[in-house]
Amino acid sequence: MSRAALPFHPRAAYREESLSRILGNCGLMGICHQSGKRVSGELILRGMASMHDRGNGLGGGFAGYGIYPELPQFYCFHLLFNDSLAKKDTECYLRKNFRVVMDEPIPTKPVKGIENEPILWRYFLDPAPERLAETQLSEEDYVVHAVMDINAYIDGAFVASSGKNMGAFKGVGFPEEVGEFYRLDEYKGWTWIGHGRFPTNTPGWWGGAHPFVLLDCSVVHNGEISSYGINRRYLEMFGYRCTLQTDTEVVAYLFDLLLRRHKLPIELACKVLAAPFWKDIDLMSEDERSLLAALRMVYGSAMLNGPFAVVLGTRDGMVALNDRIKLRPLVAARKGDAIYVASEESAIREICAKPDESWMPAAGEPVIALVSDKGREKAIARAHQTAGQRRVAQSAALGRPS
Amino acid sequence: MNVDSRAVRKVPTGPARKGPTGIEPARITAGQPGAERGHVRRMGHKSIIDCARIYYKTLNQQIREEIERGANEIVLEGVRGQRYIGTGLAYPDVTVVVNGVPGNDLAAFMDGPTLIVNDGAQDGVANTMNSGLVVVHGHAGDVLGYGMRGGAVYVQGDVGYRVGIHMKAFGDSVPLIVIGGRARDFLGEYMAGGEILLLGLHDLRKPAVGSYLGTGMHGGVMYVRSPINRHQLGKEVQIEELASSDYERIRTIANDYCRYMEINPDDIVSLPFLKIRPHTFRPYGRMYAY
Amino acid sequence: MATRTLIPPEFRVLIDENACLQCRRCVGQCGWGVYSWDTTRNRPSPDHSKCGACHRCVTFCPGQAITITRNKLAFKANDNWAEQVMKAIWKQAETGGVLLTGMGNDKPYLRIFDHLLLDACQVTNPSIDPLREPMELRTYLGRKPDSVEVVAGSFESGGPFRLATELDTQLRLETPIMFAGMSYGSVSLNAHKALAMAAQELGTFMNTGEGGLHSDLEPYKDHIIVQCASGRFGVDASYLQSGAAVEIKIGQGAKPGIGGHLPGEKIDQQVSLTRMIPQGTDALSPAPHHDIYSIEDLRQLIYAIKEATGYKPVSVKIACVHNVAAIASGVVRAGADIIYLDGFRGGTGASPVIIRDHVGIPIEIAVAVVDQRLRDEGIRNRVSLIAAGGIRSAADVIKAIALGADACAIGTAALVALGCHVCQRCHTGSCSWGICTQRPDLTRRLDPEWGASQLTNLVKAWTHEMAEVLGALGVNAIESLRGNRERLRGLDLDENLLGILGVKPAGVA
Repeated sequence: MSRAALPFHPRAAYREESLSRILGNCGLMGICHQSGKRVSGELILRGMASMHDRGNGLGGGFAGYGIYPELPQFYCFHLLFNDSLAKKDTECYLRKNFRVVMDEPIPTKPVKGIENEPILWRYFLDPAPERLAETQLSEEDYVVHAVMDINAYIDGAFVASSGKNMGAFKGVGFPEEVGEFYRLDEYKGWTWIGHGRFPTNTPGWWGGAHPFVLLDCSVVHNGEISSYGINRRYLEMFGYRCTLQTDTEVVAYLFDLLLRRHKLPIELACKVLAAPFWKDIDLMSEDERSLLAALRMVYGSAMLNGPFAVVLGTRDGMVALNDRIKLRPLVAARKGDAIYVASEESAIREICAKPDESWMPAAGEPVIALVSDKGREKAIARAHQTAGQRRVAQSAALGRPS
Repeated sequence: MNVDSRAVRKVPTGPARKGPTGIEPARITAGQPGAERGHVRRMGHKSIIDCARIYYKTLNQQIREEIERGANEIVLEGVRGQRYIGTGLAYPDVTVVVNGVPGNDLAAFMDGPTLIVNDGAQDGVANTMNSGLVVVHGHAGDVLGYGMRGGAVYVQGDVGYRVGIHMKAFGDSVPLIVIGGRARDFLGEYMAGGEILLLGLHDLRKPAVGSYLGTGMHGGVMYVRSPINRHQLGKEVQIEELASSDYERIRTIANDYCRYMEINPDDIVSLPFLKIRPHTFRPYGRMYAY
Repeated sequence: MATRTLIPPEFRVLIDENACLQCRRCVGQCGWGVYSWDTTRNRPSPDHSKCGACHRCVTFCPGQAITITRNKLAFKANDNWAEQVMKAIWKQAETGGVLLTGMGNDKPYLRIFDHLLLDACQVTNPSIDPLREPMELRTYLGRKPDSVEVVAGSFESGGPFRLATELDTQLRLETPIMFAGMSYGSVSLNAHKALAMAAQELGTFMNTGEGGLHSDLEPYKDHIIVQCASGRFGVDASYLQSGAAVEIKIGQGAKPGIGGHLPGEKIDQQVSLTRMIPQGTDALSPAPHHDIYSIEDLRQLIYAIKEATGYKPVSVKIACVHNVAAIASGVVRAGADIIYLDGFRGGTGASPVIIRDHVGIPIEIAVAVVDQRLRDEGIRNRVSLIAAGGIRSAADVIKAIALGADACAIGTAALVALGCHVCQRCHTGSCSWGICTQRPDLTRRLDPEWGASQLTNLVKAWTHEMAEVLGALGVNAIESLRGNRERLRGLDLDENLLGILGVKPAGVA
């Protein structure tokens, strides 16, 4: 997948966005029920609302996992369109390359403070079998290519999320406004992540809010990545295209590269991104030292430098990580098998008044929550399908268009 | 599909769509701005304010009002993340009790009052505090006591990163931080004066301090009860023997700290402390070429 | 002077008669014999035509009585026919020879480093204080895989995971600055010793150049890269095995495309022993390696060396020419672990002026295009890039790294630290500073201990400066700046050049 590198100037679709990089300073939060228990999106909304002053109303967003139990086997693309022409072009592309089993507008309600919203649509789909065979790509690489194609080449269209049984809900506004707008309380999921932004330029672009999603991997980020220039060039070597003018994009792609393509265990992927210092590596046992030194040597250009706290949502659960000298706040708590992380302790207390334990992760030390497969399956099985959704699922299974 | 020809659209697509004026999002937390005031119960010189969902601006205003009315004890119930409690509060002989987790910058620039938190605290506690006392019955976060100039902070549990940065003493005003548990990297960074006492009481298996201990320190002193490896020390500090005056000082501090914590001062004084002091007051004299 | 020459002296030696202490030190100090002693007037008598402004006499005159000035002959103003141009013609008319010179290109081409500006962090990202907070400049040079394989660990391994991939041998540098290759023969043994001692002290590397490895440098061999050049001087199996790595020198920035010539006068007994050639013969380095006429031949040589050394890292040094990116890509695929790029400002002991001043391209451009080309082909991980050729300060090092280099090598700067004044007369073998000469009366002036201390100070100071810059950039590890052109901006560079460098113009966020 080698294409000519994109020129620096932003494409027409994003000209209303400032020409410079939008820096992500703000507040974030994550909830993960490791048993697979699905909880309402209202909780994360409330947690983010309590951190209102960390943002400036110019961006808010959420991602939920397990929210589409009726159609868990299909990829769900959440699309933002500037206009109907972009929608038409995108649908033409999707119909050619995918089998779209269902599409509908993303339900919203009008909320004060949310203006200029794009056309919001969601598509449940999977790759068209003949096209997939032709390209000889894995299914996931195929979907990634398609997402990059739409974002890079279709003017005014943006794929906000592209995973299975998960979705991202984001826009311009305070997080609680965005959450109400998207009717987050009507969804239930086992993992939720949320974010409120304080960008230092004035964007009008909904796609610039967090989380950034690639396949099942969603990222919210507080901080600024000073190694962005080299992280981006490193990713471009592997075919990723960084088109979104924000540094958080590289975090999502780096996790995709390290976890999905290079198959590193999550703990080691975190050691790549927030690498331990040489002075500490030099004091370790020989085996550990050769492992960590090798990771730094091989993945030096993937290391994230600069202050950051990130929460990553994945198919398997949730990971929170902060930078090597912990320049951004991050607190964690546990109640039963539910794990909470947030920029402020009080946000966790807002939705969980008496956690069993709470702690401050050390620099570079990840908080990892894993959702059990059994729990997930049970949660999906228990979800109620409407008659219409059952029909859709059945005909999809039989290979017929809806 | 050919997208290049559409790259620059010459024909406008109509007036920019503006959403219909919708509903006001619900005010469900204390973090969201709002003018609602907390209900106050007064009992003599004590005022109890119900702070659930009260925005910090209103809350802090109410605290000041109660003090102006003559209260010398303010109890805040249901605190959840409100910022700047005690910030800039410059009244002697006033006590504020916080029930719940206060938000960032607790007691910043505070000058005089006693502030007692019956839970953990967040980041930025006692930022540039001038005088007074802050007691935290739980853990506290990062950047505690940054630029502190006087007064004291007593933490029962652990603290985070960059605690006690650039504390400074002048004349009679000597700031003090007492930490019951452990601290992370950069404790006492750039310290120019004042005292830090770290007890490491809660987990005796691991070192109670991180790396870069006292890096850039050029004044003040730290008493640390924890094993310390060479590599954890900042370049500007050294470990010294404690003199009898140091033991006396530790006892004085411990006596006051224990008034607020359920610990016997004898248990503290008997601990093996290490004393950390800077080599010199001019650590960077030889660095530059003129 | 028997015959009259057309060429006026370039410099004039002025002696302050009142300050002169008549100690006669200047007579002995000058390696070119400028001074003779006028016994009648008891004064030094300078022959201005022999002076090259190396300032040895100025530095060592106890009365500070000597000044060297430009011989300010007025010529009729002519932008096209400058003084230097006419002098070159006179010299060629009188000798019929190719004009020879030393050191690096001195012509006023654009100095791109001086048009690149660095970023700093404010508000949205904190800068870091390198004196108090961690700042990592450690660099590993060598071939690295694209990913690593990890298996479950055990109790012995001390952790839940163990590395299964075996990495190729790496060179570990505590600072991304190393010493460029300068051959023993072109420089003195004492200079070589100073470089070796400093490299060991600093935790970096020096390079033998093509003159072989003198046995006196044996104690420092873990910090020495041995060079295998076209003349194969001093190259035998034990030589190859001594160094920490082997460098195949294909070309050099100061004289791309041509070979080298060390005149017989500079081949004394020790040089002859080290190079394994008879004393007094000329040492000729042919232009190409005569066993490398195409890229597959290079591959063959690289693997031969790897077999002979037990797979130590092999570096290939190339001059920066127009298709340097394609050459570099080929060299990577031929099996090199490190590529040393030498830009057109690189120095030399002797080179024809026409080659030194008119052939080659700047290192800034070469690093940028090679780095980008290797990334485009997905093979950047297979080599480390060293940038060299007129690196003058820590600012140049930082900018070279931001453009894509892993480390920088300094040659001229190292010699300047040892006292060199870049008088460009290295090829005469009479260096008054004892650096690039073999005359015993001159070489003994350079004390290796003193030299090592000068070099160590220089590199330490630069390393510290780099730490300050990294701190201002909000970056605490050098790998986050490597190739991060986002932190550079160009000032007064045209659009084409900015595109080639991959750098935005100042003013664009």
